Amino acid sequence: MIRYLLTRIATMIPTLLAISVLIFIIIQLPPGDYLETYIAELESQGESIDPQKIAALRADYGLDKPLAVQYWHWISNFVQGDYGYSFEYERPVAEIMGDRLWLTIILSFFTILFTWLIAFPIGIYSATHKYSWGDYGLTFVGFLGLAIPNFLFALIMLYVANRYFGTSIGGMMDPEYLDQPWSWGKLKSVLEHMWIPMLVIGTSGTAAMIRRLRANLLDELHKPYVLTARAKGMSEVKNLTKYPLRMALNFFIADIGSLLPSVVSGAEIVAVVLSLPTTGPLLLAALQAQDMYLAGSFLMFLALLTVIGMLVSDVLLFLVDPRIRFQKASK
Amino acid sequence: MSELDKQSIDQQQHWVSDKAYNPNHIEAPDEKAKRYYKASQWRRMWWQFKQHKLALYSALFIILMYLSIPFVEFLAPYSLPTRHTDHIYSPPQSVHFFDEQGDFQGPFVYGWDYELDMVRLHRNYSEDKSKQYAVEFFSRGDPYLLFGLIPTDIHFVGVENGGTLFLLGTDRLGRDQLSRMLYGMRISMTIGLVGVILSFFLGITLGCLAGYYGGWVDNLIQRITEVIRSIPELPLWMALSALLPITWSPLWVFFGVSTILAFLDWTGLARAVRSKLISLREEDFATAAVYMGAKPKRIITKHLLPGFFSHLVASASLSVPAMILGETALSFLGLGLRPPVTSWGVLLNEAQNVNIVAIYPWLMAPAIPVICVVLAFNFLGDGLRDAADPYSNANGS
Repeated sequence: MIRYLLTRIATMIPTLLAISVLIFIIIQLPPGDYLETYIAELESQGESIDPQKIAALRADYGLDKPLAVQYWHWISNFVQGDYGYSFEYERPVAEIMGDRLWLTIILSFFTILFTWLIAFPIGIYSATHKYSWGDYGLTFVGFLGLAIPNFLFALIMLYVANRYFGTSIGGMMDPEYLDQPWSWGKLKSVLEHMWIPMLVIGTSGTAAMIRRLRANLLDELHKPYVLTARAKGMSEVKNLTKYPLRMALNFFIADIGSLLPSVVSGAEIVAVVLSLPTTGPLLLAALQAQDMYLAGSFLMFLALLTVIGMLVSDVLLFLVDPRIRFQKASK
Repeated sequence: MSELDKQSIDQQQHWVSDKAYNPNHIEAPDEKAKRYYKASQWRRMWWQFKQHKLALYSALFIILMYLSIPFVEFLAPYSLPTRHTDHIYSPPQSVHFFDEQGDFQGPFVYGWDYELDMVRLHRNYSEDKSKQYAVEFFSRGDPYLLFGLIPTDIHFVGVENGGTLFLLGTDRLGRDQLSRMLYGMRISMTIGLVGVILSFFLGITLGCLAGYYGGWVDNLIQRITEVIRSIPELPLWMALSALLPITWSPLWVFFGVSTILAFLDWTGLARAVRSKLISLREEDFATAAVYMGAKPKRIITKHLLPGFFSHLVASASLSVPAMILGETALSFLGLGLRPPVTSWGVLLNEAQNVNIVAIYPWLMAPAIPVICVVLAFNFLGDGLRDAADPYSNANGS
């Protein structure tokens, strides 16, 4: 086990390096840099630009150096925990992200919980009642959530929430709590606003989960061991939960890898529509303004979480599923 | 279950037939069973697929949609650039069959007038019952080129001269919503197909290589997959669309980016293909083929791929709706298609704020075809997946 873990971690390092190079290239791909965006902004406001000042800024930020040097500067600092400085906000990247990270994590946590609470019972019901009306109906509802474009659903929910429930439009809390320290009132307000994004983001994910749980469970339910257990008089509930469900959950554990980064980035488009103060819109804005360090460090952070997530799900599978454990050990 | 069996169960007697025993006797399969056993894999899949009624109707619906794409100009009541400056933000008109006196007149619309509400700065539309305009099929309207070749002006539905027919209302420039939705269908349903096909072939090829050869090839492809999967799609899209030449039209930029994204999107499929191949290549028939001297290419394409090709078709059919939804989402952010290109995403882009939902709800109509098509593709994919393995549930339903 330890040896397996060590080799996995060792292969992570070149992967992460390759990712960091790729991210750096992606950010540098669009022509120009942040200072050009900045100059264009100033010009549009009718302000004159002192070329010397621009040159000084360029030298300050190291934008005049070759790309390889810039890359080395960024990645070596990143490893040491210095995520760089945002041009646009004129604050360190860590500070800007920290503000929004907590709200994003809270929202994602509730969204994932919501998805699971809906998808699990429906998936199990659909598998055990294959091709029944309940199966068709629930599947249809699940697909409907998938088929409605998220941003449109968000808009409609905004309207409904404002019209019939009197919740203020957009955001994660009532305006009077903005920039206030956490309190019970603020928490209550956040929870009141939470259900719209939770519903919108959650519904788009449930269908896929229902289908996969159903397909995996159906594969298991037709196996002879289930029949044997039934013949021996095991109760139906126990016969479902004891083995078939556990087997069908492997895909679910394998999914944790992709879950981790999405917890942090949140659903960008829904967040833009609902003007949620999460990290998604921040990333979009940073990419559009070519705010190099903010975008780069954030993307790198997400990639790191993905790779860690994959490791975690592999280790969990190893621990949970004896078949995988023995297969690896015998090799 | 025959009569004999029942008897033997009831009476618990040992019973022996008097007939002479013929050791060469084989129970002849009846016609139905014969047909079943002789049927090819694809025929069995079709039988299985037909069971899933919802998938069957979805497939018909999708085929109908694609077939109607070349005839969009004919189907749309108005042509794409036509503007009705007198009818801006007109709500949907209703078609009547009976006039005021209750007499049947065939389908017709009343005159469509508006008054300016100077308080709310809003146009109030109302029917002018003194005027009636018949709704005609195969009526003459805006001229267009059918298939880009044949000049004609016949439209599937239209209205008598002087009348207007806005079945789904008009937008802020007075363009007919229904016509724009039909034109949008042409772009939304086709533009990502090339990307889907490309990523399909890349995924299969690389997945096969990794799964069949294993070793360092597998390792390399696995690492590449991991790297690509770790980068969120949205930033990639933004960077790539900024990279493409600025002289390209928005349509070409979108096409270019979706093609490039296909080069990054194959990872999911490649993983599935790889794991299938790994288990299949250990099967006896694959080993037999190796011993008989078959080349890897032949083994993969003749023996291994057919075993799960239908799964691949199913997964490809599921990636088409993802592409349609992706187009709407990106166009919404202003990253995908942009006007003057007309797609469902571009149309929905106009329904971007809450005021629209409250005041001009008909501008959200393009969501309906999006939802229908995505649902249909999902049901189709579902049916294909159920039918994909016709041998596995031979004893089942």
